[in-house]
Amino acid sequence: MASLIAGGVDCDVHPAVPHLTSLLPYLNDYWRDQVTTRGMVDLVSQSYPKNSPIVARPDWRPETGKPGESLEDMQRHVLDPFQLTHAICNPLYGVQMVFSEDLQAAFCRALNDWLVKEWLDRDKRLRGSIVIPTQSVEKAVTEIERCAQDRRFVQVLMLVMGDTPLGKRALWPIYEAAERLDLPVGIHAGSAYHNPPTAVGWGSYHIEDYVGQAQAFQTQLTSLIVEGVFVKYPRLKMVMLESGVSWISPYLWRLHKFWRGVRMETPWVDRAPLEIVRSNIRFSLQPFDAPPDAETLIRLFDHMQSDELVLFSTDYPHWQFDGQDALPEGLSPDLVRKIMIDNPHATYPRLN
Amino acid sequence: MNIQFREGLEAASSPTTKTAIADCDIHPARATRTELYPYLAKRWQHHLEVYGVHAYQGMMEGPPYPKAQPNASRRDAYPPEGGPQGSSLSFMQKQLLDPNNVQLGVLNPLNTGQGIRNHELSAALCSAINDWQIDKWTSKDKRLKASIVVANEDGLSAAAEIRERAGDKNFVQVLLLSRNVEPLGQRRYWPIYQAAEEAGLPVGVHAFGFGGNPITPSGWPSYYIEEMVGHSQCQQSALASLVLEGVFERFPKLKMVMIEAGFGWAPSLAWRLDKVWQRLRSEVPHVKRPPSEYICEQVWWTTQPMEDPERREDLFDVIKWIGWDRLLFATDYPHWDYDEPSRVLPAGVSEDNREAFYLGNAKKLYGLA
Repeated sequence: MASLIAGGVDCDVHPAVPHLTSLLPYLNDYWRDQVTTRGMVDLVSQSYPKNSPIVARPDWRPETGKPGESLEDMQRHVLDPFQLTHAICNPLYGVQMVFSEDLQAAFCRALNDWLVKEWLDRDKRLRGSIVIPTQSVEKAVTEIERCAQDRRFVQVLMLVMGDTPLGKRALWPIYEAAERLDLPVGIHAGSAYHNPPTAVGWGSYHIEDYVGQAQAFQTQLTSLIVEGVFVKYPRLKMVMLESGVSWISPYLWRLHKFWRGVRMETPWVDRAPLEIVRSNIRFSLQPFDAPPDAETLIRLFDHMQSDELVLFSTDYPHWQFDGQDALPEGLSPDLVRKIMIDNPHATYPRLN
Repeated sequence: MNIQFREGLEAASSPTTKTAIADCDIHPARATRTELYPYLAKRWQHHLEVYGVHAYQGMMEGPPYPKAQPNASRRDAYPPEGGPQGSSLSFMQKQLLDPNNVQLGVLNPLNTGQGIRNHELSAALCSAINDWQIDKWTSKDKRLKASIVVANEDGLSAAAEIRERAGDKNFVQVLLLSRNVEPLGQRRYWPIYQAAEEAGLPVGVHAFGFGGNPITPSGWPSYYIEEMVGHSQCQQSALASLVLEGVFERFPKLKMVMIEAGFGWAPSLAWRLDKVWQRLRSEVPHVKRPPSEYICEQVWWTTQPMEDPERREDLFDVIKWIGWDRLLFATDYPHWDYDEPSRVLPAGVSEDNREAFYLGNAKKLYGLA
């Protein structure tokens, strides 16, 4: 495996909300009463069942509680041994599944406040992502603006599978706010389950949902590019989190071919999709979905024709690699430095 | 891409100077709206006139995402005698089969009896289109072979249609589309695979179709290009379903062909499946081997539309990962994104690989070697 270097940025770690009741202190009287009176249950998404092997590495799994709910564990498992300067917290609590925009907004607000108090305030290395109530674009923008006053929030977080494709114009005020406030938009694996989790319907298995994340990312990249998000917001960066990386180049070859063929349909797309990806889209390293041999890795990175696309991540506490082997075999020392330090800092202005 | 041929260009190139090829994705069309009526009971003729086909999409006619060209087809492919592109055998011979020296042409009729909510009508239309393929095409040109079109949402009637056609040398495969009511690995489709395996016929899964599901897992997009690109994601999900439901394990002699969805994504999907399967195999104990093994042994890929890297030789890496023996050349005639046989492969391919790619693999797979 390639050697890790000190001073890196882990762009995808997952602190867990122990239970919905953990958010009660961050809800107002009305919502606290709603949660308790109506017997609302813990918002665990079936994208990440607590006991699924992929959700926690065996040696990172706590004896009780949810994987990722303890700061001390996160320090012991990643922050200290990987000698990180920063880790970006992407809470995967299932607030996106909520249909009511009012309830969702209350939960997002509570979740973001919880992240500040329980995590960011307790370890100076941690940074946060703003979870937004996408059922209301207006409320999402309000939440972004509220949280952005705290510079420790470095990103806006959305799921790769929501109600509509992410390029849709109705969502653009979110991107306007993000660009204005120096916040990349992180798109993380996971679904609100408001649509079937594959484009050919509901599969039978958890494993099928997880494999399908990669296809979801592909459709979202198409949407973001052809709708013209990066024409309108050229400084906006988007980070595909837990997306997988080995599909990127073949996917772009196909998109590029079709774009050349039918670009008259979306004439505002004034640059080739490849160029747009190189300037505006980044991908987290884990899960690195390729065979563990250096030769394949070298070919995959060569196909990308850029050393700026990939950002270091452990995907803690998810089980993507063992031991300290977060970096796949075959990365040159220069590329390790780019992935672990330079690329994250170039992507997230608020880290600097 | 989107090329327009000048009049007489094909006629100028002599077929005798070109190596024989197989074209594994040709789309024959009906010349008139009622061309299938001779093969349909009066009841269904009446039904079509009054109610239409009632598909899993809203438009009475045509696709929900307007294509880039009429019928998504080349503007130079209108037959001189009239009718839509792909509807004339003589013009197909003149424009595609003769000038390219096509020795084997596999017909994949689209917009037929599939993706229809009334399953009885679906079965009637599929049977009609199969008779029509023989009468209008394969009986008149021995280079052409037909696909058994089946009522995709009704596994039992589909299996019956396959058994009825089994052994008829006009047919070389069973045809499904990638988008259905459920992912293709689901049990409702198993009778199709069982019948195909028994008949020794590969099952071709062509990109496209309607099953009522949005073409992204995040809802309906805006543009035709998103639908076009999205077909490869649909195909990936359909193939993942086939693997993870254990279809290949249950039907070990079944061969499947991924048609018109590209192949560049295949290695990445197989790697991802393998990696995740190592973690989550306890959920799918019926998947006994690493998913990539089933894919390598039981799946073939038609080439068009070939992925188009900036550095064209990058494609060789992908082909190496898939295997030169798994690719089947296809033009997609008469569709606009036709791949021109003389231009699709970058230079530097060995003679054996070139022969396999253009002809040998197809003849072997379809039992014509």
